Amino acid sequence: MAKKQVNPNPSSKLEWFEDRLPIISFMKAELVDYPAPKNLNYAWNFGSLAGVALILQILTGFFLTMHYKADASLAFDSIQHIMRDVNWGWLIRNLHMVGASFFFIVVYMHIGRGLYYGSYKSPREILWGMGVVIFFLMMATAFLGYVLPWGQMSFWGAQVITNLISVIPFVGEDIVIWIWGGYGVNDATLTRFYSLHFLLPFVILGVVFLHMWALHNRKVKSNNPTGIDLKKDTDFVPFHPYYTVKDSFGLAVYMLPFLFMVFYMPDYLGHTDNYIPADPMTTPAHIVPEWYFLPFYAILRAINFNILFLDSKLLGVIAMVASIAILFFLPKLDKSKVRSARFRPIYKVMFWVFIANFFFLGWLGAKPAEAPYTQLSQIATALYFSFFFALPWVAKIEKTKPLPTSI
Amino acid sequence: MAEKVSKKDNVDHGKRDFLSGTTKVFGAAGAACACYPFIKSMSPSAKVEAQKYTEVDLSEIAEGDTKKVIWRGKAVFVKHRTQSEIDLAKAGDKTVSIDPQTDADRVQRPQWLVTIAHCTHLGCVPIDGSLENWACPCHGSQFDVSGRVVKGPAPKNLEIPPYTFIDDTTIKIG
Repeated sequence: MAKKQVNPNPSSKLEWFEDRLPIISFMKAELVDYPAPKNLNYAWNFGSLAGVALILQILTGFFLTMHYKADASLAFDSIQHIMRDVNWGWLIRNLHMVGASFFFIVVYMHIGRGLYYGSYKSPREILWGMGVVIFFLMMATAFLGYVLPWGQMSFWGAQVITNLISVIPFVGEDIVIWIWGGYGVNDATLTRFYSLHFLLPFVILGVVFLHMWALHNRKVKSNNPTGIDLKKDTDFVPFHPYYTVKDSFGLAVYMLPFLFMVFYMPDYLGHTDNYIPADPMTTPAHIVPEWYFLPFYAILRAINFNILFLDSKLLGVIAMVASIAILFFLPKLDKSKVRSARFRPIYKVMFWVFIANFFFLGWLGAKPAEAPYTQLSQIATALYFSFFFALPWVAKIEKTKPLPTSI
Repeated sequence: MAEKVSKKDNVDHGKRDFLSGTTKVFGAAGAACACYPFIKSMSPSAKVEAQKYTEVDLSEIAEGDTKKVIWRGKAVFVKHRTQSEIDLAKAGDKTVSIDPQTDADRVQRPQWLVTIAHCTHLGCVPIDGSLENWACPCHGSQFDVSGRVVKGPAPKNLEIPPYTFIDDTTIKIG
């Protein structure tokens, strides 16, 4: 291979620059010319919407940092300062607050799309795994952010979630004290949570870049609604203008409910208890996590029995973490050669049952920990996991419909 | 040494492996040492450690009442138990099964119950009931008048902090 060298007589300033840093040709290749399957439906809009939601969170968050005070004695009042005194502060905070919820909505839709069309299967295992990493990071970031207003829900949410770590055998208690920087959730905890809440979105941005890299890899590329491998050049269209237009339209549709919530019901998805300053002496009567954690919270609470020497507390935490971590193993568990649920009659039914059950778990997560909700949570948790464990077996017995040879 | 030098590429591979191996080991050890101050900076500071004691004036807690105090950032219940509550706690010695412990092991003086006010499940503060027990609002654990768990998910009884009676009306927690 001949060594590439810069052109000593560039025909333009652009060529001179591109020879030294080929960023413009890179952007053109990935954002303009990227060959996208021509049959992508609206389910494929949620990836770019999630990207927009992330950027919006970073931007609004950055402006909030200029007014927020990460100090246990000042934090609560600084939120009121943002809401009442800072010019347009109410708008920036509402965008950030509602934006977090909408970020989860589009990411859940994006994950659901991947599940339905088998986007996690070869050759997209790493792409999928990076997505699960992003989901974990998002959950951590959202949790840390929710602590910052330092209301009652912030404080007790932090108390409960950090206590989850105490189940780690032997060192758990010491790790929790280390995370708190004290013997309970305190000022040191708030300050470091603020610091991490600032850092993690940029870590997410980095993993999103890897996620996109794995997607744009010309050996991988986008999945499509039929799930079949596309071989002909005519199966693809350039990303711009076809999907820039389609994504822009999707964005406009997304903005309608989003901005409606921002302007007319910004607190609808929050909890009124968080407008009471944090009180380390009193736990509110009903503590409930943010809506996007409810299905996993229901799984945590469903385990209220011991198995052998493992107590319910440890098992609950294991079940909750496993309910998300199991997504990493999806490419291994689902051995069916056919990707799209369109051609998988059994999987298609399983998928919709799984989705309905996920909503059911979310509903249960908001209910008190008592009969019959605990028993229903146990059934729904069993159903949640059986979806995954049934997959290897389903792949064996399922009669898939004939696949088209091209789109 | 000379005979160990590879004829093929004129390199002493044994020496090279030893040097690269020791460089990796010492480099990793150095990196680990450099991490220590940063990790340790997140632990409770000396100032926090210094706030080890909380004194409680018992004279202002009427019989049957519970006072909540803060000790090292944790809430602590100081309960002035009535005779019927003491009897109830003693009766419970036989029935508690999740984390069996006698009431006598949990108190220094029967009329004073001093216990950490955080549920041993995930740390919420149980609601101080006028009933005979505490109920955790988060996940429904229940504790008896001796702070022993009578209903899960909490795996253990409410913790007893170290405390001493300075005199009949003052205790020092810590």
